[in-house]
Amino acid sequence: MERPVLLECRNLWKVYGHRPDQFLKEHGGNPSGDALRRAGMIGAVRDANVKIRQGEIFVIMGLSGSGKSTLVRCLSRLIRPDAGELIFDGQNILPYTDKQMLDIRRRRMGMVFQHFALLPHLTVLENAAFPLEIQGVPRAKREAQAREVIELVGLKGREDYYPSQLSGGQQQRVGIARSLAVEPDLWFLDEPFSALDPLIRREMQDEFMRLQAMLKKTIVFITHDFDEAIRLADRIAVMRDGRIVQVATPQDLVLSPADDYVAEFTRYVPKSKVLTMGAIMAPGAAAGDVAGELIVTDRVEAVADRIERADGMFNIRDEEGRIVGHVGRAVIIDILVGRSSAA
Amino acid sequence: MSVSETSATPPAPRRWQGVPSVPGWAFWVVLLGVTWAASHYAMDIYKALDARWIIRFPAAWQPDFEGRISAGMKWLLEEAELFGILFRDVTRAIARLIEIPYDLAVDLLVTGVLQGQGQQAQQVLPPLSWIAVTYIFCALGHYAKGWRLAALMGACFLYLAVFGQWASAMLTLASVLIAVPLAAVGGLLLGILAFRVPMAERILRPVLDLMQTVPIFAYLVPILFMFGFGPVAALAATVIYAMPPMIRVTIVALRGVPEELGELGVMVGATSGQQMWKVLVPAARPTLMVGLNQVIMLTLNMVIIASMIGAGGLGYDVLTALRRLDIGGGVEAGLAIVVLAIALDRLSQAFSARTVTLRASQSRGGWAMRHRWLLSSLAVVLVTALIGLALPWVQTYPKAAVISTGQIWADAIGYINVNYFDTLDAIKTVLLTWVLLPVRQFFTGIPWPWGLAAITLIGARVGGWRLAALVFALTGLVVLTGLWTKAMMTVYLCGVSVVIASIIGIPIGILAARNEMSNRVVGVFIDTLQTLPSFVYLIPVVMLFRVGDFSAMIAIVAYALAPAVRYAAHGIRSVDPQIVEAGIVSGCTPWQMLRRIKLPIIAPELLLGLNQTVMLALSMLVITALVGTRDLGQEVYIALTKANVGQGIVAGLAVAFIAIIADRLLEAAARRMRNRAGGA
Repeated sequence: MERPVLLECRNLWKVYGHRPDQFLKEHGGNPSGDALRRAGMIGAVRDANVKIRQGEIFVIMGLSGSGKSTLVRCLSRLIRPDAGELIFDGQNILPYTDKQMLDIRRRRMGMVFQHFALLPHLTVLENAAFPLEIQGVPRAKREAQAREVIELVGLKGREDYYPSQLSGGQQQRVGIARSLAVEPDLWFLDEPFSALDPLIRREMQDEFMRLQAMLKKTIVFITHDFDEAIRLADRIAVMRDGRIVQVATPQDLVLSPADDYVAEFTRYVPKSKVLTMGAIMAPGAAAGDVAGELIVTDRVEAVADRIERADGMFNIRDEEGRIVGHVGRAVIIDILVGRSSAA
Repeated sequence: MSVSETSATPPAPRRWQGVPSVPGWAFWVVLLGVTWAASHYAMDIYKALDARWIIRFPAAWQPDFEGRISAGMKWLLEEAELFGILFRDVTRAIARLIEIPYDLAVDLLVTGVLQGQGQQAQQVLPPLSWIAVTYIFCALGHYAKGWRLAALMGACFLYLAVFGQWASAMLTLASVLIAVPLAAVGGLLLGILAFRVPMAERILRPVLDLMQTVPIFAYLVPILFMFGFGPVAALAATVIYAMPPMIRVTIVALRGVPEELGELGVMVGATSGQQMWKVLVPAARPTLMVGLNQVIMLTLNMVIIASMIGAGGLGYDVLTALRRLDIGGGVEAGLAIVVLAIALDRLSQAFSARTVTLRASQSRGGWAMRHRWLLSSLAVVLVTALIGLALPWVQTYPKAAVISTGQIWADAIGYINVNYFDTLDAIKTVLLTWVLLPVRQFFTGIPWPWGLAAITLIGARVGGWRLAALVFALTGLVVLTGLWTKAMMTVYLCGVSVVIASIIGIPIGILAARNEMSNRVVGVFIDTLQTLPSFVYLIPVVMLFRVGDFSAMIAIVAYALAPAVRYAAHGIRSVDPQIVEAGIVSGCTPWQMLRRIKLPIIAPELLLGLNQTVMLALSMLVITALVGTRDLGQEVYIALTKANVGQGIVAGLAVAFIAIIADRLLEAAARRMRNRAGGA
């Protein structure tokens, strides 16, 4: 069963240049790349359509200048899109006034920034409590709430530190704690780990997955790192030149890229990282010895060791618990060594 | 974004240059030659053509700027009203607004609370004792940085007490204490307004530009006219003078807040007030504190200068000493200004650099521990006040223990004058005969029609026709006021001083950039030079060289030296180390490295330094009017003594125009140089 949609955008446009709304109108609301170039306009977001479902991690992936940052700012209404619809929880919030947005932002949205955006004059505790302070929550209450989220991100004991006394990874933990303090429904993360060095980044990704397993938020996650995208995403939207090129699960993206641009990204991705049992299993239950059971959504990387070590086949069950196929050692080895027959 | 990345950037269109076909050197040589000829033969030309207007702009052609401005001011003051409120009442209200806190500060620091008038006045409450004031500043020093700063504060204030400058220094301090918050808060609010409302910025910017270039004295004239002679007028002038940098710094600081922090404010749902006061202003605090430091130093500078319109205090002591040629008294008061300036500068700098760790360590401990400096200060104030009732020396530093150095200074200067008079005089004579006088003759001889043409040609050459038009208009206005000769006098004195300041300053800057040690030594030296109020420079110069152009030149050079040094050092340090390494690998000697690699690279930087030097020189020029120059500065000074508003404003604007012309020309030249070097 599909989960309900929390945020949706339809035909969203953001164009930079002279009088963008008039320009869009003149071109029937859908100017071509050529028309944009000729008019000297920059189409930062062009005709974007996405549906973000409750509880999923939706990753927007693109290189710098692809428009992903602009898109997330349009989704959070930090930037006002020039055309289209933006539907949050069933309401088109595009025409909302600043005052109306204030309320939505205060209670329902949280955002984590690339360069942390911590206030240098506030302590860790005060930073985490900042969104609550803005709402006028009394000190005792907001600090209690802030302490909870600080503990959640593993910074207990550093409440009185100032941001400049923390490492980059710790600073971003504060940023995460702050964005969670208001218990938002919709959580934006704008390249949250890009400014961190690779080891810390890995650690923070794990931390993020741990948090999400507990909190089950609806997440819009921006990154330029394809590895990060396939590691974290339920679904990925790949952007290029302001357009969304493809929206798919990591596995579908790798197995059937929409064009050469996407294929270029996926070419060097180890298949074991994205393929699930569902994609590689042979139909029907295994004949003979059964060494164990797996679920269709298990990724090869996660279960490869177990399958290899066992002598028998593994039965695969779908989400409802029915046995839908089986997987053996040979297929797994084909995938791990990169033999093409596997997928 | 991605679209433009692929297409190569088109070559920048060549600027329209006034004289495109002439090679660079030929243009300048010819221009100089013709100007020299025009200057030298101006008399002959005038006689040959029987056209006296060539050398003297006829009075009949001059619109009566002065009279009209004076009449306008008079009308403003006597008749102008807005919504039925007389302008005069507005100025009176402002005066009261300034006067009340000022009186309080003076009561607190100097006179104590008095009851009754004049001679019968009874002291109800004593002012803060010298011990209390010194202790409070020590406490501030410790709070801002640590024991060393506390010790420096103690030493500075003890100096003021021991050397008998206490009363004057406290009067000056009272003015600073009142003017700084007014200027800082006013500047902050106007800066915020300009940041938020683009229209406000468009109005403010040219006003700020003009205010930066109008000489200080020119402010004094209309303010004297509006507020009358006295401390209130001085404070009003001070606030107006110290505010523009704060406005600028505020705009820059708010713009400099990372965009993400602004977005954070929006995302957590901050109202626009919360966004400003809870996010942007606190995040911009470090930069704003730098602005505050500037405000404090400018305030001190102006409070000293404003002694001319009745501010009293140390500046007044210097002024009277200068007038009486009282060498000892002048040096004593001057040194007290230096000490006060250093104390205020270091303290405010320490506040702006206060580290997070320091703040964290100070926020530990119980209530009494955290507020120990505040509590102990209050205790010291109370205790010294009580004991002071019984033992007067606790309240006021005893006269008997004052050490006067006046005689020592007078003797020292006397000794130098007696023993080295010949040497000093020879230096003076050589420079006068071979540099100052010929240059003066050259500049003052230039007939105005050719001067106007030449400056327009230069404008066209370095910046295109727009700049040429601007330069022509501004110079034309100066001509119309009939101040051409005085303006040329200004250009001459300022020009010579700037050249000498560059000759001295640039090598020092290059030297400073060589290593860390020399950098620190030069840094301290330059910082101190810049901290001193401009007035102070006059004292030793007048003592050694008496009045005249030469003394003025020395004072200007000393005052305007700092930017030349600073920009040269900064330029050398910012040369790409890879280029330096490339030079080393190619086998450059250190001298070749400097001449062939570093100097050409930093040339635009040097021009900008030159620009700053010119600005400082022009602002100092007006102060040197006190030692008897005969340029526009003198004109402003005369206007001030006669309270002639029109004359003051016209001459002040003329100086401002010269400053604007110099600024735009040098900026255009620096830009041209950078473009040629291939920088974007």
